[in-house]
Amino acid sequence: MHTIWVITKRELQSFFDSLIAYIMLVLFLGFSGFFTWLYGSDIFLVGQASLEGFFGIAFWTLFFFIPALTMRLLAEEKKTGTIEMLLTKAVTDREVVIGKFLSTFLLISIALAFTLPYAITVYNIGNLDVGQVICGYAGLLLMSGAYISIGLYASSVTNNQIVAFLSALFIGLFFHLIFDVLSGNFTGLAGQVLSTLSLSNHFESISRGVMDTRDLIYFFSIILLGLFLSELSLTKRNLD
Amino acid sequence: MDIRIENLSKRYGAQKAVDQLSFEVKTGEILGFLGPNGAGKSTTMKMITGYIGIGSGEVRIGDKSVQEYSDDLKKHIGYLPENNPLYLDMPVIDYLGFCAALQGVAKEKIEERIRLMVRMCGLNAEKHKKIGELSKGFRQRVGLAQAMIHDPEILILDEPTTGLDPNQIVEIRKLIRELGKEKTVILSTHILPEVEATCDRILIINKGKIVANGTAESLRKQATGQEILKLRIEDGAADQILHELRRIKSVDLVEVMDRSMNRFELQSRTGASSKREVFNLCVDKGWVLTELIPIETRLEDIFRNLTTN
Repeated sequence: MHTIWVITKRELQSFFDSLIAYIMLVLFLGFSGFFTWLYGSDIFLVGQASLEGFFGIAFWTLFFFIPALTMRLLAEEKKTGTIEMLLTKAVTDREVVIGKFLSTFLLISIALAFTLPYAITVYNIGNLDVGQVICGYAGLLLMSGAYISIGLYASSVTNNQIVAFLSALFIGLFFHLIFDVLSGNFTGLAGQVLSTLSLSNHFESISRGVMDTRDLIYFFSIILLGLFLSELSLTKRNLD
Repeated sequence: MDIRIENLSKRYGAQKAVDQLSFEVKTGEILGFLGPNGAGKSTTMKMITGYIGIGSGEVRIGDKSVQEYSDDLKKHIGYLPENNPLYLDMPVIDYLGFCAALQGVAKEKIEERIRLMVRMCGLNAEKHKKIGELSKGFRQRVGLAQAMIHDPEILILDEPTTGLDPNQIVEIRKLIRELGKEKTVILSTHILPEVEATCDRILIINKGKIVANGTAESLRKQATGQEILKLRIEDGAADQILHELRRIKSVDLVEVMDRSMNRFELQSRTGASSKREVFNLCVDKGWVLTELIPIETRLEDIFRNLTTN
């Protein structure tokens, strides 16, 4: 546990040292703030005390930002060879993977924490459904976890960061959009399977304020599968 | 902690990188690992440190097999990988702290260990700089410092002195010799004088196989077999000297190197020395022996002989 925290701390430090964290925070808060308060179907236009607009925006911004954060996690270490130095220390492959996952997850959590003033403001100007807001944040966190996990896997199979970024985005696009679109075109079992696989469906049902075990199982399966595959592709170096 | 390696092999595709390697390193011993590029040095080291899996055979550290206890054993190993990969965006001190924490150094001891490493590796002036800002020699020192930060019983150093200037090389060699008294050290290098200066034992491998194993002394003995002397004898005619030299019993071959200067090269029979006889001959004949140089086989020659076919 201690080892995981040491790795998490270093990665988080590295996000902030390399300015990636600041750029990400500014862009994320800028985008979501702009569309929540100033432009498009913003709160004043809709005229309801609800953060649904914000959750809709964050749903897309995080989708694009997360691969940019995860792309370097393992690909860079593989390219520069530091992975050899890291893995010959008293750490297991699993601890490295989990540590790196947590670092990005914490950064996203920090970004989301900075949007809490939105909720507090809206709470003060209208009749905000607090339960729904909590569910919305939980949904965003779960979704981020899933995409970080996918991004980490994409970063573990290559030593090129651009390839890691694009393949994370590509895999993510299926969960974000394509499964949902396809599910509308199929009927019967195929349609049902595709709609179950669609991340946006699960996100919607959580952000509506209904925390269903099926949704939780869905998100945790993606997270665990991604982490497992990342660990596997690190461990693959042991095979001939 | 001893390291014992038995029939270690590793393939990359169809190519055998390491082929049935067996050797042992004892505590308090420094083993020099020599071999041309691509001989399998780094692969062997990576297998010992548990970075890559073992193809076949066994690596035992202490009495534990690396294959089964890799995660426990890592704590006891300090490893400087080839090319010395480092986190360039981290300051030296933070990096050493990170390595110490990963290696399980107790929290209250970390600072003390860092201070010691900074002193031992001469990093004091650079300790707050980012590693990316350091020159190659200083990075190499950081690499050594991170390998030793947790006071490991085993040190595995892949080309530890590359990029260092001659003064630093001398310092680092001294440091390694010092450490080698109580630790088990394996170091690889291309620099042959370095092995002679630091290592207790030399292991030369070629194409994944051991071709020589022993002290520098014993390797020389194996390689020479016959004593070779360079002579210069004055106050005599070259032909007569040549004739007399050939009559000495222990002499196998004599060649004239330079007739006008009376220079000769003399090869003794296997196991025999003819220095005394040459001297006595000169005394008898009233010649003056102005040069007598025993030719040592250089390690370079042994290395070349063993690793080129």
